[in-house]
Amino acid sequence: MGLKIEQQQHQQTCVELSKIAISNTHGEDSPYFAGWKVYDENPYDEFTNPSGVIQMGLAENQVSFDLLEKYLEEHRETKGASGTSFKENALFQDYHGLKSFRSAMASFMGEIRGNRVKFDPDRIVLTAGATAANELLTFILANSGDALLVPTPYYPGFDRDLRWRTGVNIVPIHCDSSNNFQITEQALESAYKDAESMGYRVRGILITNPSNPLGITIQRSVLELLLDFVTKKNIHLVSDEIYSGSVFSSSEFVSVAEVLESRNYKNSAERVHIVYSLSKDLGLPGFRVGTIYSYNDKVVTTARRMSSFTLISSQTQNLLASMLSNKSFTKSYIKINRERLNKRYQMIIEGLKSAGIECLKGNAGLFCWMNLSPLLENKTSRESELELWNAILREVKLNISPGSSCHCLEPGWFRVCFANMSENTLKIALERIRKFMERIRSQQ
Amino acid sequence: MTRTREPESKSKTSSPSSSSTGMKLIVPLQGVVQGRGGILLGSLIPCALFYFFQLYLKKRRRSNDKHPSSNPPSPSSSFPELPRTPSRSNLSSRGSLTGVRLSRLATTISDDDSAYYVGLNRASRDPYHKLTNPDGIIQLGLSDNTLSLDLIGDWMRKWGSGGDDGLSINGIATYQAFDGVDELKLALSDFMHQVMGGSVHFDTSNMVLTAGATPAIEILSFCLADHGNAFLVPTPYYPGFDRDVKWRPGVDLIPVHCRSADNFNLSMTALEQAYSQARKRGVKVRGILVSNPSNPVGNMLTQDMLYNLIDFAEDKNIHLIVDEVFAGSTYGSEKFVSVAEILESDSEYIDNRRIHIIYGLSKDLALAGFRVGVIYSFNKNVLATARKLCRFSSISAPTQRLVTSMLSDKKFIQDYFETNRNRMRQVHHEFVDALSKIGIKCAKSSGGMFCWADMSGLIKPYSEKGELELWEKFMSIAKINITPGSACHCIEPGWFRICFTTMSLDEIPLVIERIRRVVEVCKFSS
Repeated sequence: MGLKIEQQQHQQTCVELSKIAISNTHGEDSPYFAGWKVYDENPYDEFTNPSGVIQMGLAENQVSFDLLEKYLEEHRETKGASGTSFKENALFQDYHGLKSFRSAMASFMGEIRGNRVKFDPDRIVLTAGATAANELLTFILANSGDALLVPTPYYPGFDRDLRWRTGVNIVPIHCDSSNNFQITEQALESAYKDAESMGYRVRGILITNPSNPLGITIQRSVLELLLDFVTKKNIHLVSDEIYSGSVFSSSEFVSVAEVLESRNYKNSAERVHIVYSLSKDLGLPGFRVGTIYSYNDKVVTTARRMSSFTLISSQTQNLLASMLSNKSFTKSYIKINRERLNKRYQMIIEGLKSAGIECLKGNAGLFCWMNLSPLLENKTSRESELELWNAILREVKLNISPGSSCHCLEPGWFRVCFANMSENTLKIALERIRKFMERIRSQQ
Repeated sequence: MTRTREPESKSKTSSPSSSSTGMKLIVPLQGVVQGRGGILLGSLIPCALFYFFQLYLKKRRRSNDKHPSSNPPSPSSSFPELPRTPSRSNLSSRGSLTGVRLSRLATTISDDDSAYYVGLNRASRDPYHKLTNPDGIIQLGLSDNTLSLDLIGDWMRKWGSGGDDGLSINGIATYQAFDGVDELKLALSDFMHQVMGGSVHFDTSNMVLTAGATPAIEILSFCLADHGNAFLVPTPYYPGFDRDVKWRPGVDLIPVHCRSADNFNLSMTALEQAYSQARKRGVKVRGILVSNPSNPVGNMLTQDMLYNLIDFAEDKNIHLIVDEVFAGSTYGSEKFVSVAEILESDSEYIDNRRIHIIYGLSKDLALAGFRVGVIYSFNKNVLATARKLCRFSSISAPTQRLVTSMLSDKKFIQDYFETNRNRMRQVHHEFVDALSKIGIKCAKSSGGMFCWADMSGLIKPYSEKGELELWEKFMSIAKINITPGSACHCIEPGWFRICFTTMSLDEIPLVIERIRRVVEVCKFSS
């Protein structure tokens, strides 16, 4: 009997999986992710593996971790200050989230924008990270087969987060170095037409402000332009502002919320949605804390229901609620974090400059947008860029992100992260780059 | 729907006048026809005239559009024939009049008015509290377990802040593996081994951790079936499955009806029938979804039945998903058998790549707020995909650390289980007894947190309508929220799910008294 069953098993095809399971729309085949794998196999460590690969492809903020630790250490006894007892907290799974935590997030978001706008806690929907927030919003704003317009270059993860399970398409709004990659009206119209010619219904525009990978804030005039455009086309505008607290100078960031307020929220508000998270500004990506802030009541209600699939642990909400409502802490944290990021940024820019490398003039984020196009064999070739990327990964042992993974049309640009390591490691990385550039120059 | 390719066929100014003109025509007409032809003509003729008048106006509007106005085109509406009075004039943008559109999915979700959710909402807006709101609604519609929450609270107070060192965030602030940290997987593997009777070994490499069992079910649905496919599911079933499987994955749930005559146990004949009927309709069945112990009935699958299900899945080459979230919440004399146990004992003969288990800590450990769920699968491809998908639903790092610590406290876990089991047994016994004394019988159950009560004698008519009327009576007269069987897709009207794990022993009389109020009202009116 055993043999017969074995034969049957062999003949029977394995049970089928879904198309989603077997497709590669997860977008994880790009060099962006391949580089991480190489890093994982040979990660740099100051003592145990000094010749390993330095990770400069992960936008993580480790420069202000000590400030958080210090706060939590000093305020140990105020955990549970939200009023709910420990046991109620364990059971609490209401998708509205803890009121105290939502208020804390609203207060923190306001603080980051210099209190130039106020956020209503009842418009905040909590999600386990901004990744989930972006996907959730896409499910709500667009049908499968529709399109979102996204300015290039953009965060490679969007290919997965916005498209994979939702079936929604991304149509790029092409930006280039001629005007520092700013979005123009012409580019918007062009992208819209592109989508239409592909038979896609455009449902909205998704911007990242400050931009990843560019590391710059979007100018007010461009935000006004975007608002006018989406209003004219009657589509949505999603503003992913997860780096808003990582702007080096507080006066340089304008949130779409501020533009809406200056228009008295007339006409356009119901189409605007903001995504925020604590993963970048607060350096707590492990905590999985994201939010959707929407001016559209129906979006808030629907998003809340859908957030059942991505709730934030009540323990985490409780833990962070008092910290984020503590105005003296948040004020001080935001200020110091900005200063430290600025210092890091200056350090990497100087270092790259002395190696003969120019970068886009940035003012925000955890990375810089580096221009290596002068090094390319063929300046218009994506393959050339990938060859250079591979060389940097394998010979220089630095994992940086090639612009082509970010859908940048101009080859030769690279995103280089600087906040996920110690100053020492950054110095070593810069030294490696300097030596590499010297080698190249001596070869030419 | 926004159509910006062609300017829309509407000019603001004509709308208000046309409707009033139309009405002016109708009224005198009605007077004319009332004399002859009676009501039929009296209504038919003015309607016809009105219709033709609107058609005429519409044609006129279209020709007006050849000279576009200075305002941008208004968004198209699905009802272009009906005249509308604009609520605002001279808008610089018309977007606000019909509003920017949301997806079809969003509309489905916002229109979802299942009694299950409506009840939860109403109860949460007027919650019962012994002292501050004694006339509030008692929540018996949420399968939470507060019977042993005091033990959890004690543990958290002692160790929840990390003991003397405080809760350190060192090592957990940064990005962690999205499918859960190894320490937690190990702790869960141990825990599940205990919960499922101590006879199964759970391999951590077959685990994907998610923020609760809810996303675990959704992620599995995304992995195993395409939009438009279906799973077979025995009824009555947990109302949340409709959300978890249908909303975003777009997988349909085909009910396999179970009957009170069988104590709502699944019949293989019914399963076969449901499968062939689906096939005939051209629906591709990709799997069977069962919960064991069952929600809402509380009965358990026997070993035989599990073998039958596995054979069925093998025969049709489909998947079998077993939701075992209540595995540790049993109070009866029957022993719980996990499908994993069968796979372990018969691994050579069964293709385990089609069997998937859902687990979580929301029920057995009352940690619903912490969001800890598990997908356990032997299928490498499913695991690979699930690992990528769980980035949308990962467990918060400090919670992973806290829960690992709790699960590793073996003595605490042991105490909790023993105490909890005793308390559940007691409350279940008392409550079911008290219910039967007022004439309400429950289905036989040995697990889960609820009774499946037969109130069919109280409903009139014997239909879903009658059942929902009774549900409303419970809500407004008795001020308790219980779940009507129709929300669980039960084919027999009159059954209700009543959760008993949020009641203490001395609250039982209060609840029974309230239920009695409704019983009296129903008896009186019948």
